[in-house]
Amino acid sequence: MSVSVDPDVAFVEAVRGVADEFAAANADAVDREARFPVEAVEALRAEQALSALVPRELGGGGVSFAAIAAACFELGRRCGASAMVFAMHQIQVATIVRHLEDAPWFEEYLRELAGEQRLIASVTSEVGTGGDMGRSIAAVQQGPDGDCEFEKQAPTVSYGAHADDLLVTLRRGEQAEPSDQVLALARKGQYGLEQTGSWDPLGMRGTCSPGYVVSARIAPEQILATPFPRVSAESMVPISHVLWSHLWLGIATDAFDRARAFVRAAAKRKPGEPPPTAVRLSHLMSELSLLRAEVDSGLAEFTAVDEQGPGRERLSTMASALRFNNLKIAASEQAPRVCQGALGVCGIVGFKNDTPFSVGRHLRDSMSACLMVANERIHQTNASLLLIAKDV
Amino acid sequence: MTDEIRQIIREHGRMPVDVGELAPTADLYQAGMTSHASVNVMLALEDHFDVEFPDRMLTRSVFESVASIEAALRELREEAAVS
Repeated sequence: MSVSVDPDVAFVEAVRGVADEFAAANADAVDREARFPVEAVEALRAEQALSALVPRELGGGGVSFAAIAAACFELGRRCGASAMVFAMHQIQVATIVRHLEDAPWFEEYLRELAGEQRLIASVTSEVGTGGDMGRSIAAVQQGPDGDCEFEKQAPTVSYGAHADDLLVTLRRGEQAEPSDQVLALARKGQYGLEQTGSWDPLGMRGTCSPGYVVSARIAPEQILATPFPRVSAESMVPISHVLWSHLWLGIATDAFDRARAFVRAAAKRKPGEPPPTAVRLSHLMSELSLLRAEVDSGLAEFTAVDEQGPGRERLSTMASALRFNNLKIAASEQAPRVCQGALGVCGIVGFKNDTPFSVGRHLRDSMSACLMVANERIHQTNASLLLIAKDV
Repeated sequence: MTDEIRQIIREHGRMPVDVGELAPTADLYQAGMTSHASVNVMLALEDHFDVEFPDRMLTRSVFESVASIEAALRELREEAAVS
C-alpha cells in the first residue's frame, strides 16, 4: 500500500529542512558580510522549490499559493534575507503563471525555469518616479530586426547580480504615458547591469540590492500581453503583501521564540520563582498574536477571493486593494514591534550579536518592512480610495 | 449622457489629452488618467448623476473608458427604476 503525501505538505516540509539546515547556519554570516545567501538558494534549487508554483503540466511542482506563503514563513524564521529572496522570486513566478494567457514564449520559459531552477529578480522601481510603481519613465523602444530595447535606471534591484532573469516594468512605447506600463522578461545574456550605488544597509543585508542601470535587448514575445496595471492590481500587489507579511511574521516569531527560550532558561536557574521577564513575555505573545491573526486572515481572504471566479476581477476592487494594503501596513509595523519587545525581554544578551538570544538581526531585518514600498505612500493611496470605496 | 461623462472627465481626469478626441471605448488609463484622478472622476460622477457606485463596480475595468462608465451608470439607473 502506498501512502500518498500531499504535495503541499511535502513541499513545506522540504523548505523547512532547507531553512533549518542552510538558511539558519549561514544567516549571521550573510548578515555580517552583506552577501547573497547562496547556500540556502542552492538548497532551494535542489528541492525544485524555485518552480514550486509553476503548474505541473509545465514541469513545476504545482503547489498551492498557501504552501508558498507557509514556506516564506519558515524561511523567515531562520534568515530574513533568504526568505525575502525566495518571496520576491515567487512573486515574479506567480505573476507570470497568472497572466501568461497561453503565450507560447512564456510557457516555454516556465518549462525552462523549472528545468534549470532559474531565479527571477524584479526591476519595478525607477529613479525619478518618486517610488510610484504605477509609473515608468523607461520605455520599450523598437530596435533593429524587430527587437525591443530598453534602458532603465533602478534605485534598487534585489539580488540583481545573482539572478538569472529580470522582470521589468516599462512604458509600452516611447509615446506612451507614464502609467501605460507593460512587464518584460529579460533573460541572462540579453541584459547588462551597471551598478550605480553601494550596498551597506541596516538590515536585509543578504538581499544585495544596490542600484543598477539595466539595459537589454529582447524579443517582442518577451513582453506580457496583459497590461501591467491589471497585473499589479490582480496579482503583484496583493501577492507581494501576503508573502512579505508571512516572512515578517517568521522573523517576529523567531525573535519571540528566542525571548521565550531566555525566560525558560532563567526559570530553570531558579525553580519555583517566576522570572520577572515572564510577564513581559506574556505581553509580547499578545503582540505576536495580533500580527499572526492579521497575516493569517490576509492569506485566507486572498485565497477565498482568488478561488471564486469569474477571473480575478474582485482582486482589483477598491475594497480588495484597501484590504491588502492594510495587511502590508499592519504587518510591517507590528513585526519590528515584536522584535523590539523580544529585545526588551532578553536585555543585554539579546542586544549582543553572539548569543543564542540575539535579536539584533531580527530587529534590523524587520525594520526594512515599512520601507518596502513606503507605508506613507500606501497610506496616501488608501486615503484616496477611502473617499469612494463603500464596504471597507 | 456621453457628453456629461466627457465633461466630468475633462474637469476631473487631469488627462494630458482632450477626452473629446478619444473614442468612447478608448482606454482612459492608457491615455494618462492616473488612479488618483480616477477617484475624483468617480466622486464627480456620483455627485452629478446622484448615484453610488457599489464596491463591485469600483474596479479599473468599469472606469477605463467613457463607454464602460456609461454602461455602469445605465445599469445603476435600471436597478434604481426596478426597486
